[in-house]
Amino acid sequence: MSAFVDIPLEPAGVPHGRAMVERAEWAARAFATYDIASVRRIAMAAAQAGEAHARQLADAAVAETGFGVAEHKFLKNVACSIGIWNTYADDDYVSPVIDQARKIVEIPRPAGVVFALTPSTNPVATVMFKIMLCLLTRNAIIVSPHPYAKRCSAEAARVMRDAAIAAGAPDGCIQVLEEPSIPLINALMTDERVDVIVATGGTPMVRSAYRSGNPAIGVGPGNVPVLVDATADIPAAAARIVASKSFDNSILCTNESVLIAEEAIAERLQQAMKREGASFLDEEQVARVCGVIFEQGHFNTAWVGKSAAQIAEAAGIKVPKGTLILVAPFDLVVPEQVLAHEKLCPVLGWVTVPNAARGISAAMAVLRITGAGHSAAIHSEDPGTIMEYASRVRVLRVAVNVGNSLGSAGIETNLAPTMTIGTGFFGRSSVGENLQPAHLVNRTRIACNADARMPMPDFSGLDAWQAPQGAVPAYPLASNAAGAPAIEPRTNGRGDAATMAGDGTDELRDEIRRMVIEELRQIIKG
Amino acid sequence: MAIRYDPDVASPEQSPADDHPRYDYGVFSFASKAEVLEKSKEYWNPGKTQFWIDSGVPLVIDRREEYFIYDMSGKRLIDVHLNGGTYNLGHRNPEVVQAVTVAMQHFDVGNHHFPSLARTALAEALVASAPAGLTKVIYGSGGGEAIDIALKTARHATGKRRILSIVKAYHGHTGLAVGTGDERFSKLFLSDNPEDFPHVPFNDLAAMEEALQGRDIAAVIMETIPATYGFPLPEPGYLRAVKALCEKYDALYIADEVQTGLMRTGELWAITKEGITPDIMVTGKGISGGIYPIACVLVSERCAGWLTEDGFGHISTFGGAELGCIAAIKALEICSRTETRSMVHYISDFIGRGLRQIQATYPDWFIGIRQNGVVMGLEFDDPQGAKYVMKHLYENGVWAIFSTLDPRVLQYKPGILLKPEIAEELLDRTEVAIGKAYREVRGLRGSR
Repeated sequence: MSAFVDIPLEPAGVPHGRAMVERAEWAARAFATYDIASVRRIAMAAAQAGEAHARQLADAAVAETGFGVAEHKFLKNVACSIGIWNTYADDDYVSPVIDQARKIVEIPRPAGVVFALTPSTNPVATVMFKIMLCLLTRNAIIVSPHPYAKRCSAEAARVMRDAAIAAGAPDGCIQVLEEPSIPLINALMTDERVDVIVATGGTPMVRSAYRSGNPAIGVGPGNVPVLVDATADIPAAAARIVASKSFDNSILCTNESVLIAEEAIAERLQQAMKREGASFLDEEQVARVCGVIFEQGHFNTAWVGKSAAQIAEAAGIKVPKGTLILVAPFDLVVPEQVLAHEKLCPVLGWVTVPNAARGISAAMAVLRITGAGHSAAIHSEDPGTIMEYASRVRVLRVAVNVGNSLGSAGIETNLAPTMTIGTGFFGRSSVGENLQPAHLVNRTRIACNADARMPMPDFSGLDAWQAPQGAVPAYPLASNAAGAPAIEPRTNGRGDAATMAGDGTDELRDEIRRMVIEELRQIIKG
Repeated sequence: MAIRYDPDVASPEQSPADDHPRYDYGVFSFASKAEVLEKSKEYWNPGKTQFWIDSGVPLVIDRREEYFIYDMSGKRLIDVHLNGGTYNLGHRNPEVVQAVTVAMQHFDVGNHHFPSLARTALAEALVASAPAGLTKVIYGSGGGEAIDIALKTARHATGKRRILSIVKAYHGHTGLAVGTGDERFSKLFLSDNPEDFPHVPFNDLAAMEEALQGRDIAAVIMETIPATYGFPLPEPGYLRAVKALCEKYDALYIADEVQTGLMRTGELWAITKEGITPDIMVTGKGISGGIYPIACVLVSERCAGWLTEDGFGHISTFGGAELGCIAAIKALEICSRTETRSMVHYISDFIGRGLRQIQATYPDWFIGIRQNGVVMGLEFDDPQGAKYVMKHLYENGVWAIFSTLDPRVLQYKPGILLKPEIAEELLDRTEVAIGKAYREVRGLRGSR
């Protein structure tokens, strides 16, 4: 229709997107009054639904994007649904906290409307992760999936939404853009009714989130050095590095990019890695692989999350059956060396250094190229080297003696489990930790007179919040119809909140925790 | 259009310092609000103009946007009158404005005789939105004409002449519609016609059945909630029983959804909440998006016969004007969204709770809340109670109108896209105004 007019129009889809923000505003207001018991019931229900659909959605993500390994995506989906619930089940981002000593009471206040940008690389897991964080903190969320992964992302959001609503969450607290587009995303990012943007994705998108004028939590790219020094347990390091580099075909931004081996153990490490499924390339093969995965000095995104076998085949290289990663040796970590850049595919750069100190310098050089503020790994038994490494390399997390893919993501370490790595000031981000619920909550502080002669009022036993009474919002029955047998209205598709009482929650939680740990163990080992 | 004054600094009744008009609207201008009011009496409608001045609502609407209207003085009012739902989507809703602006590059009113692009598209969209069984659409230029079309259609379909409505009904002011309503508007023009337009009391099934028993009634016409009567709610099951009586005595059921349709009760058409499918349904006001007048009559296949028998049976130059159809398509789309429905439920819940809290403060003054979604009538304990509340609301920045046919009741009609913070502000202002009206009325009566 606009073919015959020449006046500026708001792009298609934008008005509908704004309607979603308006709805989210109402939902956020309602959600912000929920008490902790209701919040836990809702978060657990959504987590269980996410877990129940983890495999199906993992398959859907691989089918839609062509990236990664369904089995590994399943693991991430489990980690980002029930895993997140288990991590935070005992935490409380809702109830007031009284500090008698400081005479301060803190009342958690959610951000409100969270606009969540999610990537194509880890689509379902990131959607689940951000929804879980929002439910735990009583925020309304609008998910804006990457267009390449819009169907599986929307389905993930719907699965968790339906479960949350059935458990009593307010209508409209989880919404998803079914047809994301650049104009629509720009319009919503700059909509002043959005309270915070949580951006996971490429640098241009993250920077535009920061430019939007709205509060934003954005994270930068990674480029992970892993140093193996002479003190390391070599067979263990080899196994962890190959498993981590091949995990979901290197699609996590925490995957190892450049292995820096101390010369004294380089040969042993190489042999050990070969046994784990690494194929070391010769000079000519390196050139061929680089010709495939790099285009004019940049990583060709067509190879994101593709398998080692696919890459080898495209490069015309024969590799042993069972090859999980390709290792490409090079001499020097410098910007013009393409292999020193981030590679979201199972090709690992390899350099050797005469000693640990030079290794630390090489790791610093990796981070000068890209990935500042992100993560690094080290395999070492020497606390001094680890400390030196962590205090000099410009990253905000260093995974020690563990694969970095799941280590820095908090799944195989005790960092906050996350799909969103805060790169802090080094990485031009507002958050330097792994994204976690606390980042989506402010606290109103009741601050009493510090004078010791002034008693602090007794706030104990007071809760600021309430459980919702029935569906939120209530269905608009006519005011004279209350109590009367009403004609069955069309429902909002929500269940009865009262049927989801919290009895038996602890046992269920323990049971789920056991199941998840077992699943994780099997998948990682197998 | 450039308007040369700043509403924030304009002081209302001052004349300009120089000879230039202060209120310049391009194609016309005025020196002052006083001049407008004076000329309004001289050239337009002295009775109406004076009425509002005397009522303490000397409003001349100037700027308008979202749910705000601004008096020429710059005074801002939250609009909960909405012209009976005409501004359901807010004033100058940007989506409707864009749709019509784009359309004006190509369309005009159109030719009413020919098949038309926009009329066909709107008809299809309306039928898809409507209760099952309504299959064709006839257009009028406004609600009154649409009601006339509905009544003529019922007469044609049944071969009967008499139309039954409720006492204090209101369906518009055109030739037939005015007969269905209160004599307040028909006697003035010698248009009352009790023989053809009998009336029965609302919520009285026995009276309804008695009137239908003679089997000489073509149709019963009902607003799903009678607006101008102050939104008295049909008792649970009443409308369904009326529909059953219509079927029993071979009368048609015409649902007037002009004020209750378009998601105002939390469903697109309020009649579906009653669980009935009307034979004819009329929509107007809000379907225009407040931008281009249009009204629509949806009819069942049984009623649609004249459209085949003599398609020229009802001719209306502006009925179904294509620009109006485009406004309506967009308005219908916005009203039908999941997001909109969700918001209406939130707004209804929030405002209802807030009003009940206010009521608890003034239980012997603010004596009733009639609510179905954002269709609300507030009852006050004085024969003219709503007029006092209206005046104090105006003074406190809210525009809501009393019910012409029951001035105890204030019509209180928040928009379906109201934002949370404006809803809060509306309740604050309402609480103050109800309190002030209470004290004024008490003062007039002499205090206890």
